[in-house]
Amino acid sequence: MNSHRHPVGGTINRGHSITFRFDGRTYSAYEGDTLASALLANGVRIVGRSFKYHRPRGIFGMGVEEPSSMVQLRSGPRSEPNVRATEVEVFDGLEAFSQHCWPSVNLDFGAVINFASPIFPSGFYYKTFMWPASKWMFYERFIRKAAGLGKSAIERDPDSYSKFYQFCDVLVVGAGPAGLSAALSAARAGATVVLVDENGQTGGRLNFDDAAVDGKPAQEWVYQSTEKLKLMPNVEVLCRTTAFGFYDQNLVGALERIADHQREPDGREDRQKLRMIRAKQVVLATGAIERSIPFSGNDKPGVMLASAVRGYANRFAVRCGKKAVVFTNNDSAYATVSALKSVGVTVAAVIDCRLASPGESALKHIGNTPLKQGFAISRVRGLRRVKSVEVSRFQDNGEVIGSAETLTCDLVCVSGGWTPTVHLFSHAQGKLNFDEEIGAFVPREQLGSVQVAGSANGSMSLGACLRQGYDAGSVSSMKAGHKSEQKAKVPQVDDSPETPMQLLWQVPKVRRGGAKRFVDIQNDVTVEDIELAFSEGYVSVEHLKRYTTLGMGTDQGRTSNINGLANLARLRETDIPSVGHTTFRPPYTPVSMGALAGGDFGTHLSPVRRTPLHDWHQSNRAEMQNSGIWKRPFFYVKTGEQVRDAIIRETRQVREKVGIVDVSTLGKIEVQGRDAAEFLERVYINRWKSLPVGRCRYGLMLREDGFVFDDGTTTRVAENEYYMTTTTANAGPVLEHLEFYAQTIWPELHVHLTSISDQWAGMALAGPDSRNVLGALIGESEAANENLPYMGYLAARIEGVAVRIFRVSFSGELGYEIHIPSKFAQQVWQAVLEAGQEWDIAPYGMEAMTVMRIEKGHVVAAELDGRTTAADLGFERMMKKDVDFVGKRLAERDALVSAGRKQLVGVVSLSGRPIPKGAQIVAEQDARPPATTKGHVTSSCYSPLMDKEIGLALIADGRQIYGKELYAASPLTGRTVPVEIAHHIFVDPKGERTRG
Amino acid sequence: MLKVFSKNQYSGLSLARNALSRHRKWPRVWRDPEPKNSYDVVIIGAGGHGLATAYYLAELHGVKNIAVLEKGWLGGGNTGRNTTIVRSNYLLDGNAKFYEHSLKLWESLSQQLNYNVMFSQRGVLNLAHSDPEMESFSIRGNAMRFNGIDAELLLADQVRRSVPYLDCSQNTRYPIFGGLLQKRGGTARHDAVAWGFARCADAHGVDIIQNCEVTGFKMTGNKVTAVETSRGEIQTGKVGLAVAGNSGRLAAMAGLKLPIESHVLQAVVTEPLKPILDTVVTSGASHVYISQTDKGEVLFGGDLDFYNSYAQRGNLPRVEYVVQSVLTLFPCLSRVRMMRTWGGVMDMSMDGSPIIGKTPIDGLYLNSGWCYGGFKATPGSGWCFAHTIAHDQPHMLNEPFSLERFSSGALLDEKGSGAFPNAH
Amino acid sequence: MLLIPCPHCGERAQTEFTYRGDATVERPHAEDSAEKWYDYVYTRDNPRGEHTEWWHHTSGCRRWFKVRRNTWTHEILGSESANSDNNRE
Repeated sequence: MNSHRHPVGGTINRGHSITFRFDGRTYSAYEGDTLASALLANGVRIVGRSFKYHRPRGIFGMGVEEPSSMVQLRSGPRSEPNVRATEVEVFDGLEAFSQHCWPSVNLDFGAVINFASPIFPSGFYYKTFMWPASKWMFYERFIRKAAGLGKSAIERDPDSYSKFYQFCDVLVVGAGPAGLSAALSAARAGATVVLVDENGQTGGRLNFDDAAVDGKPAQEWVYQSTEKLKLMPNVEVLCRTTAFGFYDQNLVGALERIADHQREPDGREDRQKLRMIRAKQVVLATGAIERSIPFSGNDKPGVMLASAVRGYANRFAVRCGKKAVVFTNNDSAYATVSALKSVGVTVAAVIDCRLASPGESALKHIGNTPLKQGFAISRVRGLRRVKSVEVSRFQDNGEVIGSAETLTCDLVCVSGGWTPTVHLFSHAQGKLNFDEEIGAFVPREQLGSVQVAGSANGSMSLGACLRQGYDAGSVSSMKAGHKSEQKAKVPQVDDSPETPMQLLWQVPKVRRGGAKRFVDIQNDVTVEDIELAFSEGYVSVEHLKRYTTLGMGTDQGRTSNINGLANLARLRETDIPSVGHTTFRPPYTPVSMGALAGGDFGTHLSPVRRTPLHDWHQSNRAEMQNSGIWKRPFFYVKTGEQVRDAIIRETRQVREKVGIVDVSTLGKIEVQGRDAAEFLERVYINRWKSLPVGRCRYGLMLREDGFVFDDGTTTRVAENEYYMTTTTANAGPVLEHLEFYAQTIWPELHVHLTSISDQWAGMALAGPDSRNVLGALIGESEAANENLPYMGYLAARIEGVAVRIFRVSFSGELGYEIHIPSKFAQQVWQAVLEAGQEWDIAPYGMEAMTVMRIEKGHVVAAELDGRTTAADLGFERMMKKDVDFVGKRLAERDALVSAGRKQLVGVVSLSGRPIPKGAQIVAEQDARPPATTKGHVTSSCYSPLMDKEIGLALIADGRQIYGKELYAASPLTGRTVPVEIAHHIFVDPKGERTRG
Repeated sequence: MLKVFSKNQYSGLSLARNALSRHRKWPRVWRDPEPKNSYDVVIIGAGGHGLATAYYLAELHGVKNIAVLEKGWLGGGNTGRNTTIVRSNYLLDGNAKFYEHSLKLWESLSQQLNYNVMFSQRGVLNLAHSDPEMESFSIRGNAMRFNGIDAELLLADQVRRSVPYLDCSQNTRYPIFGGLLQKRGGTARHDAVAWGFARCADAHGVDIIQNCEVTGFKMTGNKVTAVETSRGEIQTGKVGLAVAGNSGRLAAMAGLKLPIESHVLQAVVTEPLKPILDTVVTSGASHVYISQTDKGEVLFGGDLDFYNSYAQRGNLPRVEYVVQSVLTLFPCLSRVRMMRTWGGVMDMSMDGSPIIGKTPIDGLYLNSGWCYGGFKATPGSGWCFAHTIAHDQPHMLNEPFSLERFSSGALLDEKGSGAFPNAH
Repeated sequence: MLLIPCPHCGERAQTEFTYRGDATVERPHAEDSAEKWYDYVYTRDNPRGEHTEWWHHTSGCRRWFKVRRNTWTHEILGSESANSDNNRE
């Protein structure tokens, strides 16, 4: 049913045919096809367009190495750009589109740039588009549109992803002959083994080549070995799983594609799973990738890797053309001839650049096909696909001579040799050597916990792969602590000797001009571009890469990098090792962002913290908002009220009656031990030993560099026990800071620190009637001023719940903080509300609290910005002069005590208009930028109490200019308000209300 | 202005002319000179900053005999491994004035160097996720405006309109409240900056010596007299260090201990996509900065890996977290794939701001401590450093960036995190 | 993901820990010179190679301890509790 499929052969399931769509046309395929094999079987030759010149691109390889046939897979929210057709397993209903072309892949207007390519060599953009200076972004708009490849979906991804941490003795990467052997020998020794392979099935190249193991078809050995492994309880075999990065301490990141071979995930299944596998030992059996040879016109659709053509024939019974020419510098490509013949393709000739005859088994493959030794393809003819090739005599010195012979063909199978896949080995910091025999970088040595086996190690023969695999498996299992009882039998294969390859990095052009010789067919980098970069002086391999973009495409130059290096070495008249290679960076193949995030984004970016009273707030119409990591009530909604009205109502509630607010988010730390007081002396700037039991004190902490770190009240609840509170934001950092000093600097101090932030909830009861409410709860005499004075502490019971009551105030009103074990928080909160009914109690939120703290001049994060000193905030008299504390010495530095520092002051709007948020303070009303400013407004609000617009500000020498008129200017909003500088405490400066 | 290139100027015309000769006649961008025995000034480090310093020394201060020594290939350090963002949206006066000067140099840099550095003023938008954050952005924006720097405060709706595909819904952990936009900010092509400065410096006669590692300093009394290198000893009376990532190691060779730690910072690019994001978007809620390159790759970065490191590579947890942050802002990128990650070694200073100035050793000048932000400073840093070396005293613009500020306490702690390098 | 060997809990994932930096600097006495204090708070050897550093098992035992780690290879060479010579419980 497929025009280019041989009627018999291959391992596809001919009993199950499938339909799929490409660019809107319906095609058929068989189960077991890849999108690439299915397109080839249907005679589709042009699949995409190259990045820069929009040249037509066909299918070139057959797997992960594919540089050119990238498609947009699926549509709508599941649409995925830049997917290699060679890696997509076809499923019924698959939909794919060509990308990076308009209006279609066969007629792409973008290709006009191809005709202008003579003036667009590598790096042309660095040399032009500079005039007029303002127009770069105009040019850039077109460049951006012309660049890019596929398109991102614009909807939310409907699929889910997960992450999985996994531990094993031996991780084997790659399930080809070396990997399977390694897994077998390690597993037999008793090691727990994880075997991963990026393909849909185990076997690696054995699935595509016609080989024999132990006298039987190799695929039988693959099947049996895999079945054996799957039955072993200590082995996990994971196909469709790509190990993409090797990280510190043998952590390998692997992406399992659970559902990509289906139309969509089944039921609740994830689309992909990110597996992070920590292995004691890792065996890298990652194989090798065939590379191309740059020759004139080698990018035309119809030029393919010889191994790929062979694989399409053997596995899918697909004919990649009608008449082929094979061009090689090594023995491996000869097998392509017999494979082609088996599916009915004529082979016009084998062009081998070597003068020496190929090995015996290679010759067996070609039978009576004409063999041209010492020749090279010097040019491919054909406009949009291969029509014929010109063949010239190839000399030992790398030159081509003589008149070219033309061979008609529509398929060119190229093999420039094989390059070991050493990406993960390099991620693991393994060093590479250049192997002259195979013309590639290979691992220099095995690492302590990483073994490399098979063709990844530069050993290309099947026998060597099997042997090295078995050895690597037994070495790694032994290193992981498992000793093999019996020596495993390595299967036998017939490895007849091969004729050494001849390194061939480019075929010179026979005459000037003519088609370009491509090195990187995704990014359109040619030998000529490398020559240009070299002649301009971009002679370091990294400069070459960056200037030409060689190997920077989505394929990371798997089939091209070494050709680029070799051509640079040729130009520099040096050897390849002296040129070196660029760094291999993770990931080995691109990894979807969805898998890396594993669902932990959006609402799941970070956990939400809720106070024990959260439910109550929500069911009482609180407007909940983020406050750092917490959700807190900002205000309580009343029907018909604007936000501003609610805030004013809530502040009046507190200033005139009594209110209650949830302060559970405060950090709470228990400081215990016989040296607790001494410890507090050393971490706070003020004194603690003198604090009697049952009293609270406001404390200020500095960082060691002398700037303010945090503040809060701390209470001596018993002789050797203090109850410390911190700001909400610094609850964690303060505890870490205290632990650091207690454990490492003063280990001789007997002090224990325990965070009880989660175990204790807190509520502030504030307002003129707060004592009455408290009295109703714990008894009037208990709540009386004499029993619980300002900054006093009382252990009491409310409804039988043991609570801690502190007479502290953040609002500037008579007030108490009641701290309760979290699980009784709601019960006590309710009890307080009930007791307060008589005084018309109501809850208030963060907004009202903020207004009142500004009125009272209390500092919060806006003022504690990490750059203010204790003196800046008016706390200089609190600082102990005689004894050491954290930050004392560096707070004495010149710049921290000099005149001109910004000091905390109050500002009052003189026009009655609100003080703009974040305004700068300037001397003149019409100050126009650029201008020097005196400081800035840190917080501002409408004060219902004063019926004025007020704020706090940090102003240079501000405390010396009380009463002065300045301007709060906000160029951002175009507003300037005259303000009077005032003391930062607006309300009750003498503390009569709080102490009353 | 470009006498130095005479007939070798780059232009559209020269491209067309060279096409006729199949681009075989382009001159070399820079020479590959052997080191001479002595130089008037030796700059260590041929990254953007070192090369810019050499260029401005030659162009503006008439210094003739300059070498730039590079242990690897020029532009191979952090110049070539950053997220290419250029901005001057700073709160503190010292920072704002310096970075704004640098931004102004960027605005004419391509023409100045006759090399297209692709400086693209696509705007840098900081997203705010709460009212307090909007308020602190207002403080910064107003401070910027009074320093003569452009800044606009956007409300949530304006953000939604200006950045398509950004998740502006309430259905996220930290909904977007608004943002601070600097329209003149943007991105540039990082490699081109190093190459453009190198080409111009070379044309001025500066010797750029690659593969030349400095192994020590020679001093007489308290004065530098020579640098020892893998390619021999070079006499000089003035040495400028511009080796971010390795400042501590080089300074130690001269007996100096710096308020700097080396940390690794990773960056990530996706596969190329058709245009989807025009502005640079950053968010403090999860510390991430995102842009799309002219090639189409979505390029982003986040926090440090947090532990001291000289390895130009990082670990997975930071990559995972930064990807989570990107998807939080742009959920539609879920199926887009991460193509490459890499790490750069950052000079993390103790207050998060750079050190550009003199050292206690005569003739030794220091340009270091760039933390996350060295790329945008490249021209400004070179300009100020050149002035400092030429005049043996800092320019007004880099006076606040002295090494002494740590002992005096006149810090430039933009984030207010204190003496914890990994917190800046 | 580094594995950090907590001397009290064993090897745990890096994400459980907070990092503080150089553990070789010693906090001066109150009467020491300003120079000494400046060095303590600000200057660092910042070696490329073995580095002794403070880690805190934040999501575990909440103990500060020293790790010896190579800053060039990330190899972890060992760890010890904060004050092996001054242990107290």
